[in-house]
Amino acid sequence: MGVLEGKFEENVLITSLDKLFNWARAGSLWPMTFGLACCAIEMMATGASRYDLDRFGAGAFRATPRQSDVMIVAGTVTLKMATRIKRLFEQMPAPKYVISMGSCANNGGPYWQHGYHVLKGIDEVVPVDVYVPGCPPRPESLIEGLIQLQKKIERESLAKKTERGAA
Amino acid sequence: MKSEEIAAQLSEKFGDKVIESKLGVVTPWTVVDPGVILDVCRFVRDDQRFLMDHLELLGGVDFKDRIEVVYIPYSMKHGHRHTIKCRLPRENPRIQTVESVWAVANWHEREAYDMFGIVFEGHSDLRRILCPDDWEGYPLRKDYKFPTRYRDMPV
Repeated sequence: MGVLEGKFEENVLITSLDKLFNWARAGSLWPMTFGLACCAIEMMATGASRYDLDRFGAGAFRATPRQSDVMIVAGTVTLKMATRIKRLFEQMPAPKYVISMGSCANNGGPYWQHGYHVLKGIDEVVPVDVYVPGCPPRPESLIEGLIQLQKKIERESLAKKTERGAA
Repeated sequence: MKSEEIAAQLSEKFGDKVIESKLGVVTPWTVVDPGVILDVCRFVRDDQRFLMDHLELLGGVDFKDRIEVVYIPYSMKHGHRHTIKCRLPRENPRIQTVESVWAVANWHEREAYDMFGIVFEGHSDLRRILCPDDWEGYPLRKDYKFPTRYRDMPV
């Protein structure tokens, strides 16, 4: 949660501010336009009119990490790409969140045994908030992951350390 | 033109540089001497009977005792194709580039270099194309050992 985090004791003002902040943050999660493989097709479908991520305030896919709140890692992460993912994550402003979408991003998926070039789970390089299982996950799954992330954000507070640690 | 005729023409033109042919299979092929590959490619592209103006595929195959480079040129005009192969030693495989014949060979040769370590002499830009630049080894070789770490990331 950036610079404000952990500097205050819990009191009426802070808890009210928390509600406001968390409401605003959870209600406008801007994802980064970032597709790596077939999961990206499902992510696009989720963003399009049939499933409509805009209903959750997360339809504004930004083309730069500097304007994004959440990175949806959708697809197979090769080792070559993993170095770039780390850099992109570092370029995002806090508070920042990561959704790991699909088996490949979660743990390597079908490349677990013979994928010499595939990173076995992006949690090796960036902290992950929500894992969405599936190969690829249906749009409903991604929406469920997003709702879980929103619930997680709503539990955050300025007063104490968040459960994911300092962002 | 039928593959039998193509093979016969190649044998006639290049004599004992044509090592063997296998016809009557799904992809009929001819093995030629690696030293004349550039001449063979130019010949099949420019000769009016062949006019193979398009390179469909350039790849490598590891046979454990040798490495083969496979070329599949295709003729847009005549609609025929014929596979040409070269056999190279596994240690230090080198062959002439055919970039000057078909420009598309540039990327294909980089891929063959990336995956098999085949060095294409005279290539304008022989770098790895898929793996990272600091990758070690050639992944599609049969004796390739999978890495355990890459830049502090476990594999």
